[in-house]
Amino acid sequence: MSTKAAAVSIIMVLLSFSLIACQPRIPKDALALSTESLKDRQLQTRIFETNDEKMLLTASAAVLQDSGYTIEESEVLCGLIVSTRDRDVTEAGGLFCFFCLGAPYEQKQKIFSSLVTRPLDDKRIAVRITFNHMIWNNQGILVKNERINDPEIYQEFFAKLSKSVFLTAHEI
Amino acid sequence: MRKALVVISVLILALNVCACASKQKKILLTQESQVKLRSIQTRVFDTSDRNLMLRTVIATLQDLEFVIDDADETLGTVSATKLKGYVLRITVSVRPRGDKQMIVRSNAQYNLQTVEDPEPYQQFFTALSKALFLEAQRYE
Repeated sequence: MSTKAAAVSIIMVLLSFSLIACQPRIPKDALALSTESLKDRQLQTRIFETNDEKMLLTASAAVLQDSGYTIEESEVLCGLIVSTRDRDVTEAGGLFCFFCLGAPYEQKQKIFSSLVTRPLDDKRIAVRITFNHMIWNNQGILVKNERINDPEIYQEFFAKLSKSVFLTAHEI
Repeated sequence: MRKALVVISVLILALNVCACASKQKKILLTQESQVKLRSIQTRVFDTSDRNLMLRTVIATLQDLEFVIDDADETLGTVSATKLKGYVLRITVSVRPRGDKQMIVRSNAQYNLQTVEDPEPYQQFFTALSKALFLEAQRYE
């Protein structure tokens, strides 16, 4: 390689470092309602025939505790409970991969959830729960950060909540 | 030639280092002026119900795929995070103006950047207006 070519390539590499500092801008639709939002809302919401918001929040907190979540924050006046859960997501397959090939595998998951109650009228209250999760691999690198959209998780949660509302209402 | 190359390389590196060093100190710096940012991030709504406004803000954020991190009824603030391969954090504050209006202000951070584009804020207030059945008015 000639000196000139070497010089140009070194300068290009250094300039590219400068450009890396300029990060991509916010996606155009990051704060816009998506066409899926109504469907998501239906999946994440159930309506309860009660006007007792505190009872509903108490029952919800109990379900979160049943499911291994830690309550991080709550604001009864806005009908909010924020909770998180850490989980080991290592699977046998991942360990096998690691020992044979040294390939990274998913190891740790942190789940963030917010549960919100909202009175619709004098007799009905809507409960909506949403989940985000972050997953790190065994090298400590973040490999996933996204919303959890599996319908089964929401169905399971609301099945547990219905039971809990019954138990709470009957002080069991 | 070699000397020139060394000089240019050192200059570019120095520029990068300068940028980092000065950015660390500018923790209150924004690209836009304070007044312009306020006008981009703020809208006024004709309602006197602060609690309903806060609850509607929370519902709107959930519609926009956020998970709520925190809410404070006394202070009138809601903070939330959206994860979609990126991290978008937002804080929305609600405060009364007179007896009949509420001022809603939102500020967002995309990964490590403060969001100063008017468009995402416009989209947020459009979603909030729809949920409230109220029109968002410019803040002056």
